[in-house]
Amino acid sequence: MYSYDQYDQAMVDARVAEFRDQAQRRIDGKLSEDQFKPLRLMNGLYLQLHAYMLRVAIPYGTLNGRQMHALADIADKYDRGYGHFTTRQNIQYNWIKLEDAGDILADLAAVEMHAIQTSGNCIRNISSDHFAGAAQDELVDPRPYAELLRQWSSFHPEFMYLPRKFKIAVIASDTDRAAMRLHDIGIQIVKNEAGELGASFYVGGGMGRTPMIAPNIRSFVPLDQLITYSEACLRVYNRYGRRDNKYKARIKILVHELGAEEYTRQVEEEFAHLLQQGIEPPIAELERIRTFFEDPAFEDGPKTIDRSDPDFALWVDRNTHRHKHDSYVSAVVSLKPVGGIPGDATAEQMHLMAELAEQYSFDELRVMHTQNVVLPHVKIADLHALWTKLDAAGLGTPNLDQIGDIIACPGLDYCSLANARSIPLSQKISERFAANGKQDILGELKLKISGCINACGHHHAGHIGILGVDKKGVENYQLSLGGSEAEDTALGKITGRGFDEAGVIDAVETVTDVYLAQKQGEERFLDTYNRIGMAPFKEALYD
Amino acid sequence: MTNLIRLRDDAPVNDPVADFEACCDQSNATAVRIEPGDDARALLPFLDRLNLVEVNFPAFGDGRGYSAARILREAGFTGEIRAVGDVLVDQVNNMKRCGFDAFAPDAPLDADDLETALNRWPEDYQAAADASTPIWNKRHE
Amino acid sequence: MNILTGNDLKTGAVVWWDGNNWSLNIEDAVDVGDDAEAIMAREEQSRRVNVPYAVAATLTDGVPRPDHIKDRVRGLGPTVRPDLTLKPDDPSAITEII
Repeated sequence: MYSYDQYDQAMVDARVAEFRDQAQRRIDGKLSEDQFKPLRLMNGLYLQLHAYMLRVAIPYGTLNGRQMHALADIADKYDRGYGHFTTRQNIQYNWIKLEDAGDILADLAAVEMHAIQTSGNCIRNISSDHFAGAAQDELVDPRPYAELLRQWSSFHPEFMYLPRKFKIAVIASDTDRAAMRLHDIGIQIVKNEAGELGASFYVGGGMGRTPMIAPNIRSFVPLDQLITYSEACLRVYNRYGRRDNKYKARIKILVHELGAEEYTRQVEEEFAHLLQQGIEPPIAELERIRTFFEDPAFEDGPKTIDRSDPDFALWVDRNTHRHKHDSYVSAVVSLKPVGGIPGDATAEQMHLMAELAEQYSFDELRVMHTQNVVLPHVKIADLHALWTKLDAAGLGTPNLDQIGDIIACPGLDYCSLANARSIPLSQKISERFAANGKQDILGELKLKISGCINACGHHHAGHIGILGVDKKGVENYQLSLGGSEAEDTALGKITGRGFDEAGVIDAVETVTDVYLAQKQGEERFLDTYNRIGMAPFKEALYD
Repeated sequence: MTNLIRLRDDAPVNDPVADFEACCDQSNATAVRIEPGDDARALLPFLDRLNLVEVNFPAFGDGRGYSAARILREAGFTGEIRAVGDVLVDQVNNMKRCGFDAFAPDAPLDADDLETALNRWPEDYQAAADASTPIWNKRHE
Repeated sequence: MNILTGNDLKTGAVVWWDGNNWSLNIEDAVDVGDDAEAIMAREEQSRRVNVPYAVAATLTDGVPRPDHIKDRVRGLGPTVRPDLTLKPDDPSAITEII
């Protein structure tokens, strides 16, 4: 994986010093809260319902054991012994003191980490495929391109005060594991007919209150123009994105209002101009970055497991993913125990994951946007030993992509923007479906819960989505069906009137019963929904 | 103008400042002020006669002025580009990188804080309107 | 009644206006009537509190109970982590605020 040189380190160190200074000026009263707020947000520091919250960047979700140990240490030293892995492949801490923030950033910098641009109206952490560099189906490892974009977007002087936040994802396979088309810019690394690599740009996707699927605006940008093209996309947005209404300020609204064709025309015009400015990094830089992502020394070994322990076999079937080397798999560490808080991990668990990565996965971990953790390169021969240790620590729940593998935002338990609680709902649903045994027969079913319209829990993209709303001070939940954030990207449709907490849990069971009754052959919930439509579900829910 | 900070050596431009519309209509203005919504590219035909472009920041969170300054520098403008309005010390370095070389903030900036802010960054990752060599070029020199 | 809440600038802790100072306990919150704006402006100016706001509440069993669930959660702590709330030893505390 990527490691800093003296330049990267100097930049992160300078940022620590800058933020210490800014925080001190806030404490001294030289900065008002209005002035300080964008500065702290650009360092990931929010003021939440109970305290400050710090979001730490995990670029494209990749980290090593030493970094995971450091994250655990921060949880112990400055927080309350745990952290929360997020849908942007980051981690956040819920109980941070402003006066500690500088020290935390310094601790992070010591392990080549930071909180730069994890919030604010700027380019956020670049996300990517959590199986990058390991997946059997990828064209190339997408992370070198994500790293180049990280460097370009870090402290970009023109784009620190965009109309709104800006999220970029990079993938390099036809299977989309990063919700690429639900990003402000989604990039897929592709090959053209001549066999050259390039970038296909999708611009103007997003969730939030007006969910949109990004249209493709250019199917091939040569790699030696990747940054220049990105800059053109951003400049058109910075100049013409709406600033009169916060809810219409994302680039998806600009692209929608202009039309994809007109937006593309403006980008192409700006691109032609910027090509004359010589802002593209030398291609040697991409080559340099690529050397950090070369394959580790894989060894041949057993290609099958001993299935005599059914619990182990189930975990392998559910929680491992096919690797490009047939003696290895990518193993998913579930942060979704039955009845647990999705994405939360204790410091102890983080230390364990770090040790297991060092021992079994070439010292590498990934954070998934579904709030789990991946050990990307595990020898099939080591799986039983790995599973035994994970299971003992409560990290071995065999539920990847099952109904219990719920994405849930922090909701009203932590978030000052939320209208309703998300976590208790996810806990009760996972308990219900574990207890009644239906989880095991439902197959792939992605359930996603957001506690407000900002959609941090990706409810629009859930096969089943739940949105918490405020109904005269009482929590109420809307159900939607048919969303997807994979390569068949789709936005869910609302079933009808909302439910109270107990009602929506029953409603989830009702729609899964409709699926089980109607399913044909190997259909997933989503396939059945797409075939039979909303009507049978509605009928079961409301008639 | 008591709060004027200049990063250039020539004498401050004190020409009467026309607004954007007037500048585009009248042929003799030598200084202009543009607002966030104005298209900086509309000034390109007049750059030869302009000594000063003021870019107004009614609120520091509106970042359109950064693009405006860079566009003017990319077109070869060498006159003064002055950030005016809600200009804060934590924004001046980015403004400088985008081509601003003068600042007229509504509220005076602390001299020490300004000095610190302008000298904070040892390097720059990306190219902008200043002469800084990006890190990725230095790595391969 | 109208009560005031905000966060401690340095620690971020949730605080409530008790008439003279900022308390960590919502039980200490007092009715500020029409003085909310003046108190908040003064206290924010002196940086004794960060981002204060007024909350509509009802006196219930002698204790202010915010009308909105969000502020009740704010006054106690996350309902999913009883151990991290202000009343870790009171199992009924959470059901009382929901």
